Amino acid sequence: MILRERLAAADLGGLTLSDHRGRMPLADLLRGTATAPAAAALAGRSVLLATGGQMAAARAMVALDGLAGRMVLVPPGLAPEHVAAIAADGGVESVVTDEGFPEAGLPACVPRVPVEAACAAAVERSVPTEWVLATSGTTGRPKLVAHTLEGLAGGINTAAIPEPGTVWSTFYDIRRYGGLQVFLRAMLAPAALVLSDADEPLRDFLARIGAAGVTHLLGTPSHWRLALMSAGVSEIAPRYVRLSGEIADQTILDLLRTAFPEARIAHAYASTEGGVGFTVEDGREGFPAALVGTRAGIEITIRDDGLYVRSNRTGRRYLGDGAPALMDADGFVDTGDLVERRGARYHFLGRRSGVINVGGAKVQPEEVEAVLNVHPRVSMSRVRARPNPLLGAIVEAEVVLRAPGAPEEAASLKSAIIAHCRPHLARHKVPASVRFVPDLPLTAGGKLLRRAP
Amino acid sequence: MTLRHTIVDAIETIAREQDKPMPPVTDDLVMVDTEFDSLCFALLVARMEDMTGVDPFSDMEVADLPVTVGDLVALYDRAVQKRAA
Repeated sequence: MILRERLAAADLGGLTLSDHRGRMPLADLLRGTATAPAAAALAGRSVLLATGGQMAAARAMVALDGLAGRMVLVPPGLAPEHVAAIAADGGVESVVTDEGFPEAGLPACVPRVPVEAACAAAVERSVPTEWVLATSGTTGRPKLVAHTLEGLAGGINTAAIPEPGTVWSTFYDIRRYGGLQVFLRAMLAPAALVLSDADEPLRDFLARIGAAGVTHLLGTPSHWRLALMSAGVSEIAPRYVRLSGEIADQTILDLLRTAFPEARIAHAYASTEGGVGFTVEDGREGFPAALVGTRAGIEITIRDDGLYVRSNRTGRRYLGDGAPALMDADGFVDTGDLVERRGARYHFLGRRSGVINVGGAKVQPEEVEAVLNVHPRVSMSRVRARPNPLLGAIVEAEVVLRAPGAPEEAASLKSAIIAHCRPHLARHKVPASVRFVPDLPLTAGGKLLRRAP
Repeated sequence: MTLRHTIVDAIETIAREQDKPMPPVTDDLVMVDTEFDSLCFALLVARMEDMTGVDPFSDMEVADLPVTVGDLVALYDRAVQKRAA
């Protein structure tokens, strides 16, 4: 499967790719020729795709798939030293870039190909291109995960004919796994696609996708919480609401159901390393226990409360010298996500690495956040370890209120929120303290930022 | 409110929240003899830090370890004095 060939075989009449600056027909993505000067510099090479915006990245991805041997996607907001690191790990031989991408961090002795020149290039005989994504880890150097296009598209029904009038969009950047899923859904359908922009105010983005008639919209639960707090939410009317990238708790699912009563609401379990595991559409948090086991194209197993996936949708391997193995000897990828079975359903507890250790008793921040978020005054929350000389750490919560409270009610409201947690959580998991904050930072990937500050 | 009142109030509040029945909190009450357990103590330290800005437990000598409520009050008193100095 080659993106360009799929698009060339489809009826692209009227379909467009758009961003905050403008729009272009999807048919314009197919203008490249094998005689273009850049073709030789890109054919079969390991190419770093480092653009300022998503529009240029989208166009270059279509041009490079089938042309480059490997395409390393530089996610937005990456520090220069991390750009340099992934260029090295990816064995990069060419850089496709534009004036919007800072020079710092790009490898010095490697040919530069402007995006426009890359988009003018094509190849006579396409070769499968390895797609490489950077992990969205919250600390340190990102890891590179190599995928095949077939694996990335493994959760997409590529044989389905899209509903007429389908317009995709996502809060994500398409150079991250979640956003790339939306890009591929649009390209493989094909369907119109509206791109977000990191510098665009949320309210403006919502107005823009509302005006563009977006029908299918993907974001993390944190993206959706912010959107529901924005006045711009009244501008959109998606038929399909999709969540991925973080645990979708019952509160956010219910809020979305209320906001979009007619929409299909789906929460997907997916990650850069593990690929798309499954999608749940019954409106309930967690996932049916029946999904564990072997189904078409994917096997899911639970070991030591951790979720493991074996499938051709998972990453193939990490790139770089000394990179650890992505999968175990049996081909299973450890997702690092912890689950707990309650009756006929599994619930996510959070990341194995994110546990707070309260005097030897483990606390998953996400479990506490899910309880906090049920409180009617709470919009979103972040639970973290607070160092404690007696137990090593205790649980502290930062809370964003739905509407700011009066200063004189702060103390009683904190007590009420903590009291609300007590019946639902073991006592060491109940926040010892609550702080009200005006907002909580998200990572470039749209997830709650868990590291300091 | 005096420092003593602040501490006694915090102990009583935490004990109530944690469902730990406590005898009257007097100066000679030995903390470890009550149901006020390590988690209660950890919560007390955090709450006192929020209210007074000091955490004498973070750098203390074994000899400073408070046994009675009176010791605890004295420990916080010294920490507050030390910070003010």
